[in-house]
Amino acid sequence: MTLDVFLQQLANGLMLGCLFALIAIGYTMVYGILRLINFAHGDIFMMAMYVAFFTITIFHIPWYISFIIVIVVTMLLGILTEKIAYKPLRKQNAPPISLLISAIGISYLMENVAIVLFTGRPKDFPQIPFFTSMTQLGPVRVQNLAIMVPFILIILLVVLLYLINNTKSGMAMRAVSRDLDTAQLMGIDVNKTISFTFAIGSALAAVGAIMWGMRYPQIQPLVGLTPGIKCFIAAVIGGIGNIKGAVIGGILLGLIETLIVAFFPGLSGYRDAFSFILLIIILLVKPNGLIGEKIADKV
Amino acid sequence: MKNTLEIKDLYVRYGGIEALRGVSMSIPEGKIITLVGANGAGKSTTLRSISKLVKPYKGSITYNDEELLNLSPKEIVERGIIHVPEGRHVFPDMTVLENLKIGAYLRKDNIKPDIEYAHKLFPILKDRSNQLAGTLSGGEQQMLAVARGLMAKPKVLMMDEPSLGLAPLIIKDIFSIIERVNKEEGVTILLIEQNANAALKIADYGYVMETGTIELEGLGSDLRNNDHVKELYLGRAAE
Repeated sequence: MTLDVFLQQLANGLMLGCLFALIAIGYTMVYGILRLINFAHGDIFMMAMYVAFFTITIFHIPWYISFIIVIVVTMLLGILTEKIAYKPLRKQNAPPISLLISAIGISYLMENVAIVLFTGRPKDFPQIPFFTSMTQLGPVRVQNLAIMVPFILIILLVVLLYLINNTKSGMAMRAVSRDLDTAQLMGIDVNKTISFTFAIGSALAAVGAIMWGMRYPQIQPLVGLTPGIKCFIAAVIGGIGNIKGAVIGGILLGLIETLIVAFFPGLSGYRDAFSFILLIIILLVKPNGLIGEKIADKV
Repeated sequence: MKNTLEIKDLYVRYGGIEALRGVSMSIPEGKIITLVGANGAGKSTTLRSISKLVKPYKGSITYNDEELLNLSPKEIVERGIIHVPEGRHVFPDMTVLENLKIGAYLRKDNIKPDIEYAHKLFPILKDRSNQLAGTLSGGEQQMLAVARGLMAKPKVLMMDEPSLGLAPLIIKDIFSIIERVNKEEGVTILLIEQNANAALKIADYGYVMETGTIELEGLGSDLRNNDHVKELYLGRAAE
């Protein structure tokens, strides 16, 4: 492999990794606060793509306005999911396994609602030249998107970490995720804080979905499945519950997956298997993920 | 005597077990009231019912004649009834200062004077402001938990076993601070203790709880001299 090809693949892998990271943050934040793997997260991602498709392709809304609509609608969808599928169970003090089943249920529900509403026929995600036109970067030829995505990730991450570490809502999130009862004794509204967490996770998934759609421009109701599973893996690799871990896990997964296929083209059919192999190896060596902490209590 | 917090005939059930069976207490403004009793008697459950972490199925809790039974934990905090939980429960991965700030979570006014007051009461917390609360010793964490409770500007401060697992000297410190807060700030105190002797010493009035009911009540000094209490909870310490 020449250096040029390597750099090309590196750029591809980095972009994929950044997209994984954006989605993985949602898994990890929800886990941090509810100790729940939100299996519906991948389907929220899918819904965001459809919202983008309808606003841009069908209703011809300019993309910058459409993106805002996508993010807002996805946030509301995330909050709604929590209110319908998790909150009633939380109120009854249901065991964690019930929430998990509910998560799987709402995931199937969303996929099937999408099939009914949008049919199973793939649709073409709108291409926006500002993002999708190609740029020559030295020896590497990439979509503008590939250059933007890492910066978008960094900006969102900085904003997110600021929010969590330096604002009152962020403080409430940290408190609820650490100690639910004591957080309530501080006067923190737990339901509001949980909704807020779902809103942020979903907003990041929406950004990821838009970028994903422009990179892999075919959408169908099960489009969230594989990215959903992989980003969950990314979150676990990094150490579930840890935002920086999710980012590192996501980028690592994207890079490794892309580079292995680049180095061994014969293995490209096993592409998705690498994620799982990587997961198994990392969990064998570091059961709590790369920078995860031990969570002895809860679940 | 003006009653600020009044508990009447309170029943709480966990699964099939009756944790509280008709508990009645009265916590008048400005007083130190203590609730003593053995492990599992229902002391913590009583506090948790007031702060709405558990929901009683029968009875009433009123504060200045307002029924609190159907309020949320947040609404209880808004009324100035603050619960310092058993086992301290500081937020270990937040700094000491952040822990103080989160105590004032619902307040919109300036909290600086309160941070200074907390530092005056517990100078050690000032020195450790930027240290993670999880790295503090047990005694320091208890001080932080009390200070965090005070940050909410409580009218009633409910403390669950502040002496648990602490060295006698530190217990003395903490109890003297509790007294001081009561005298200086006029904060009503509801103190839960297994360490009955120390608690009854500073309390104006005490309740003795056994398996979900109030068995005895009386002035702090009377209860300390009560034979039954002596035998059950005070042991040698009272002699």
